[in-house]
Amino acid sequence: MPSKHIVILGNGISGITCARHLRKLDENLRITVISGESKYFFSRTALMYVAMGHMKFEHTQPYENWFWEKNRIELLQEWVETVDFTQKKLLFQSGNNLSYDQLILATGSKPNKFGWPGQDLEGVQGLYSKQDLEKFEENTTVAVQRAVIVGGGLIGIELAEMLAYKKIPVTFLVRESGFWNNVLPKEESELVGRHIREHHIDLRLETELKEILPDNDGRVRAVISSKGEEIPCQFVGLTAGVSPNVDFLKNSSLDVKRGIVVDEFFQTNIPDVFAIGDCAEFQKAPASDRRNIEQVWYTGRMHGETLAYSLVKGKISYQPGVWFNSAKFLDIEYQTYGSVPPEWKPEEFTSFYWEHSSGKVSFRMLMSQENKIVGVNNFGFRLRHEFFDKAIKEAWTGEKVIANLQKANFDPEFFAPYFREIQGAFQKEYGGNFTIGKKTFIQKLFGART
Amino acid sequence: MKWFEKTGVIIFLLGILVFTLVPFLGNYQMSQELVEQNTKEIHQERMAEILSPMYGQSYPSNFAFLGDFNRHFSAYNDSLKSNQLWDQVIWDDYSFALAKASVQSPSKENPWLWLGLSIGLAVLGGFLYNFRQHEEESPGIKNNGIFHSKLKNRGWLGMITGAYLILFYILLYWFPAYLVNLVWMVDPLSRILSGGPASQWFLYGFIYTLAILVMGLRMFRKYRGNKYQQLRTASVMFFQTAFAFLIPEILVLLNQPYFDFKNIWPLDYDFFYDYQLNTFLSSGGVGFFMLIWGILLIIVGVPVFTYFFGKRWYCSWVCGCGGLAETVGDPFRQLSDKSLKAWKYERWIIHGVLVLVNLMTLLTIVNYFSEFALLGNVTNQLHSFYGFAIGSAFAGVVGTGFYPFMGNRVWCRFGCPLAAYLGIVQRFKSRFRITTNGGQCISCGNCSTYCEMGIDVRWYAQRGQNIVRSSCVGCGVCSAVCPRGVLKLENDSEESRFEEFPILIGNDSIKIKS
Repeated sequence: MPSKHIVILGNGISGITCARHLRKLDENLRITVISGESKYFFSRTALMYVAMGHMKFEHTQPYENWFWEKNRIELLQEWVETVDFTQKKLLFQSGNNLSYDQLILATGSKPNKFGWPGQDLEGVQGLYSKQDLEKFEENTTVAVQRAVIVGGGLIGIELAEMLAYKKIPVTFLVRESGFWNNVLPKEESELVGRHIREHHIDLRLETELKEILPDNDGRVRAVISSKGEEIPCQFVGLTAGVSPNVDFLKNSSLDVKRGIVVDEFFQTNIPDVFAIGDCAEFQKAPASDRRNIEQVWYTGRMHGETLAYSLVKGKISYQPGVWFNSAKFLDIEYQTYGSVPPEWKPEEFTSFYWEHSSGKVSFRMLMSQENKIVGVNNFGFRLRHEFFDKAIKEAWTGEKVIANLQKANFDPEFFAPYFREIQGAFQKEYGGNFTIGKKTFIQKLFGART
Repeated sequence: MKWFEKTGVIIFLLGILVFTLVPFLGNYQMSQELVEQNTKEIHQERMAEILSPMYGQSYPSNFAFLGDFNRHFSAYNDSLKSNQLWDQVIWDDYSFALAKASVQSPSKENPWLWLGLSIGLAVLGGFLYNFRQHEEESPGIKNNGIFHSKLKNRGWLGMITGAYLILFYILLYWFPAYLVNLVWMVDPLSRILSGGPASQWFLYGFIYTLAILVMGLRMFRKYRGNKYQQLRTASVMFFQTAFAFLIPEILVLLNQPYFDFKNIWPLDYDFFYDYQLNTFLSSGGVGFFMLIWGILLIIVGVPVFTYFFGKRWYCSWVCGCGGLAETVGDPFRQLSDKSLKAWKYERWIIHGVLVLVNLMTLLTIVNYFSEFALLGNVTNQLHSFYGFAIGSAFAGVVGTGFYPFMGNRVWCRFGCPLAAYLGIVQRFKSRFRITTNGGQCISCGNCSTYCEMGIDVRWYAQRGQNIVRSSCVGCGVCSAVCPRGVLKLENDSEESRFEEFPILIGNDSIKIKS
């Protein structure tokens, strides 16, 4: 007899991580995961690779199908209509229902739509779900001479890459004055911007969407930009961010603002109801450099782990460690460790920035007034997470970080040893009592140059 | 496609077409003189008699000629067999030698011309298609459209390619007499290199080497910006050309035993066969060196190099099978089966082959040193079984013919006993592992999808666990295709290699063992 029935609504990374850890920690629970989107867990971030033929949809599923039965995690493919919090019951669109002892809401996000005229026309879509991917295939089978993408973030650039694969010319409307410069400092934003243009994507900065115009069949035929220009197009991608997917919970007794309001234990205002992942909104941001709504794969995973532990082993609060994130902009990889805001005051931080002559590789380190490392951004090469997690936690001086940079290298063997150039640049700017790393014998032999 | 790519494809297909048609050219005429020249002395009289009805006849095709040959030859042997006269049966297969001698064809008269029109055009076409690939793109991952491809995703083109390869291997191993016209094309080249006539194996080695070179060029283009991939590709191209193809031929020219210095037992399963040992022991200092070198590679080379670098030093940098898999086979790497079930089969089959080859070799050596008193000719039966089932059917027909169906490392993953041996060392005593970068994995699945050995790399990466698997050949493609910089092939101290309780970095609330 199961001790209690925990129902998880949503099978994304938060919900599934929570379910897996619940099972690891407690043999006796009954665990049900509900999703209308797909029966099996898949990696949302990999949808673009399915569109581009790098993978099939099955390849995005991290666990084989037998995994769920073996671990007694019940999967239910249903869309939830409403939740009856007093009866502790979920009512599905199919007319079925399901009772729970504890409910975990992990419903994720939905693409933002800001009430643009024409935003619901045929050929206009966001990119978030499996259904969006299917819609993308559908929307690009008709003749598309040009596509317009609205909103310059990570999803926008993925969509641009997917369209480029289909040889569809893309115009990219970005509200900001630099690509993703609400997150990236100026130099990095410019680096990415150059790379986008190198891929023949028509990047329009400081340009917003005003209106989407229909043809006679209700399909998109053009957009009008904030600069008054009419851009003919047959496809519009709306990628101006995402917001919590909580519409079906509004007007219930659950406390919902932008997301489902939770405390540091993921507890909502209703007992036995919790929220994790993109859909949760913390009453108080988990840390000074964190937002109230965390919409990243990694935070979703951590929410899931933490709540599972809390529910089985006793209450613990969510305490995220050193921030990290990563992404890939077309061919350029990006990693960040610690905190690097897009802008800062000179009296706040010292910034060391190095860029390779190719303009595709860069490294930035922010240091506090005491010259302690605060965070790094790296583009076009790989750095070791463990190294920076430690350096930032232990508040190493910038000099110590740079002196040891060779140990932070995570590029494959024989790759150019960029750390040497970085060390040289740092020494020139700030001095520092360390010797620049030597090329290894192999690097000399094979002429690995930066 | 650009014009030279299109031209390349057309020229390549033309070359393949000519290559396919050449075996059917010419006609065949047998004479007593030819029979006597091409049979062993003890069989000369008998064979001359058996084949006498064929003298003076002109056969318009290899089918007609070999049909008649087999009819006469089998009739003779069958009648002896039915009368239990086993010692009079002729077990030697003279079909290849006699077909080669009897044929009159354009490819025999103008070998260089026909070599150019077939293999030459195919190589030229392949070169044209490959040499400027991805020129206008910035360096990066070039996997666009692989699963939309008719060739690379088990589509009709893949089926045809696989069927063609399988047919070629079946002919090469068991019916080489049908390919004598092709062998004639490379005869002059063989005479230049080794001073002797070409066999089907010379033809095969020549094609094999060219295929690795042309498709190696493709790897250079595909992995522009990835030094690791480029260097290991250059390495397999070098070892195939020099060690597997040229040096053995030149050794023969210098009256030394044919020997591939990088081939290691038990992949080189006949290393300890009696005729090999006789060759080594009767060839003076050079032969003796070869024997010692071969043994040293087995007992010192494999463990030491594998300890420091993992089995990749051999499988994806030196080996000929690996060389073909990493170049010609690269377009098919994503077709390997990643399921847990496939892994179970893999372990049973590959270690089964390892046990089998050890038993066989042990018996052979014991038998050899007991001067065949122990088992007599039983080891020969064992050799022919192993040669047929493993050496030819598994390594050749399945190993390469199944590229378009099961990926490019079927043999290396399920069959190769040397890979099994290297794998055991790699698993238990090596500094090699693939490390995962803290908590950066997003479970996208690119690494698993492109693992040619069918390792579910993501399973480990998303737990933050080192990948220490006996089958990993260290091709480095998982690391290359990872969009978040999570995977790195490393040789480091043994201490940190196995983490029973990996911890993903970044969550300070708890230390959960994933």
